[in-house]
Amino acid sequence: MPEISREILLHVAHLARLELREEELARLEVQLNDILAAVSKVAELDLADVPATSHPLDVVNVWGEDEPRPCLSVEDALANAPDRDGDFFRVPPGGAS
Amino acid sequence: MIDTLRLTAEGAKKLLDAKEVSGAELFAAYLDAIGERDPELHCYLHVCADPGGEGIPIALKDVIGTKGIPTTAGSRILEGYVPVYDSTVAARCKAHGLRFLGKTNTDEFAMGSSTENSAYGPSHNPWDPARVPGGSGGGSAAAVSGGLAPWALGSDTGGSIKQPSALCGNVGLRPTYGTVSRYGIVAFASSLDQVGPVAKTVRDCAFLYSVIAGRDPCDSTTVDAPEVVLPDGDDLKGLRVGIPTELNEHEAIEPGVRSAVRRAIDLLQQLGAEVGECSLPRSVDFGMPCYYLIAPAEASSNLARYDGVRYGFHSPHSDDRLAMYKRTRDEGFGDEPKRRILVGTYALSAGYYDAYYGQAQKVRTVIAREHADAFERFDVLVTPTSPTVAFELGGRTADPLAMYASDLLTIPSCMAGLPGLNVPCGLSDGLPVGLQLIGPQFSENVLFQTGHALERAIGFDFVPERLR
Repeated sequence: MPEISREILLHVAHLARLELREEELARLEVQLNDILAAVSKVAELDLADVPATSHPLDVVNVWGEDEPRPCLSVEDALANAPDRDGDFFRVPPGGAS
Repeated sequence: MIDTLRLTAEGAKKLLDAKEVSGAELFAAYLDAIGERDPELHCYLHVCADPGGEGIPIALKDVIGTKGIPTTAGSRILEGYVPVYDSTVAARCKAHGLRFLGKTNTDEFAMGSSTENSAYGPSHNPWDPARVPGGSGGGSAAAVSGGLAPWALGSDTGGSIKQPSALCGNVGLRPTYGTVSRYGIVAFASSLDQVGPVAKTVRDCAFLYSVIAGRDPCDSTTVDAPEVVLPDGDDLKGLRVGIPTELNEHEAIEPGVRSAVRRAIDLLQQLGAEVGECSLPRSVDFGMPCYYLIAPAEASSNLARYDGVRYGFHSPHSDDRLAMYKRTRDEGFGDEPKRRILVGTYALSAGYYDAYYGQAQKVRTVIAREHADAFERFDVLVTPTSPTVAFELGGRTADPLAMYASDLLTIPSCMAGLPGLNVPCGLSDGLPVGLQLIGPQFSENVLFQTGHALERAIGFDFVPERLR
């Protein structure tokens, strides 16, 4: 039975770049443990010899010609930017992960 | 006087072709209906002005990217986002002359079964506004059954087209995985997501599928789909119909749902189909756990792109980059995306990957094989689409697992990449019941033929009783 402790929850939230508030942490800790207990049912089957399905169709790589095509203009690419500086997206400084 | 509650897309086309109504009159009739009933139903997140032309109007679920028209996916994190290009399905609709009425409500990032996870408030079921329209594509389904659109596009990951169609009394198709392009669609779980039509009739549904289906160079997961044959006639002689025990006798299925589906199965027999029982022993019990690992895992990866840098919401409350990412995502995402991102991140993280995501992918193989075995003996499988009729708003919001159970019967075939068609098959307590036709990959035409014959035999009136 999996157990998501507060410490693991905070670690996973950091990996997912979510800053959770205290009241969220309390609620999520209970809900995530409930959900993981339910989905852990997959462990009941012995599937050592069964291949994994990552994609429902039997398709392999699709190759395209390496041909230049029109793409978004700089203005279009920046049209939805919350903050910009000339032709750049502007973000706050720092932030070692 | 155009009765948008009754008018099908096929009927609209006849009116336009015969010049009995103009394109402008037709579009205005839907805008009037939206003005009249959308304040109560809240199907639309954005309503468009008539772009002109003589094409049939259509509504699009708000996960479908539309150039110059806001696309929010029901999330605050995409508030104000206006795509600078069209999704392939939007472009194909335009190329066919279809005119966009607007963007319909959805659970945030298509995660949910009731639209109650929309950051912009829930939609309401036209049959009973105290009840949910289903989800995630409840806005599209409610718009079609409430006469606010002749037809619509939805998207389906684990049941988001089929389940709301069932709860609102529509015909809805989740196409075979890979037959419809996802280019320009807000991604949720990429090995499952499919775009598909929601309509009042099987013929409309088939026609709209023919508009959007086909290989797209912009989406390398697409393949060529067989040419769509519009269904006609009602002879099902020789059709082999399988009734999977586990999906028809599950304890979660309400008696009223069970008996409506039973009656429809009897009708299939009367139309000439050969009906037999079959078994999908692990698809239901293991389908849900499998889905709720794979979908969140893929979602956690897909939703990593929302970082407050390139588009969408951006938290102003930080002067440090890492803090900006984290606060943007905390303030921008609602509860359900957060739960799924966290479950998915956990299931993919070092030390847990094999036990969760890897094992779930193997379960997926088991589910696909069980369906393949059933299709050795049968052409289509029949099950209820939703275990219950539309439930009351707020009825399942406190318990995520209760909400997840809404998709119990739609999930297994989605995991196997199979097409599924919801066909309304009657009422239970005055609310629509839907049955699900499942076929092998690329069997859409068989589903349309079967659904059309059944639709005629059942004679379901798709106009909600209280609006007649």
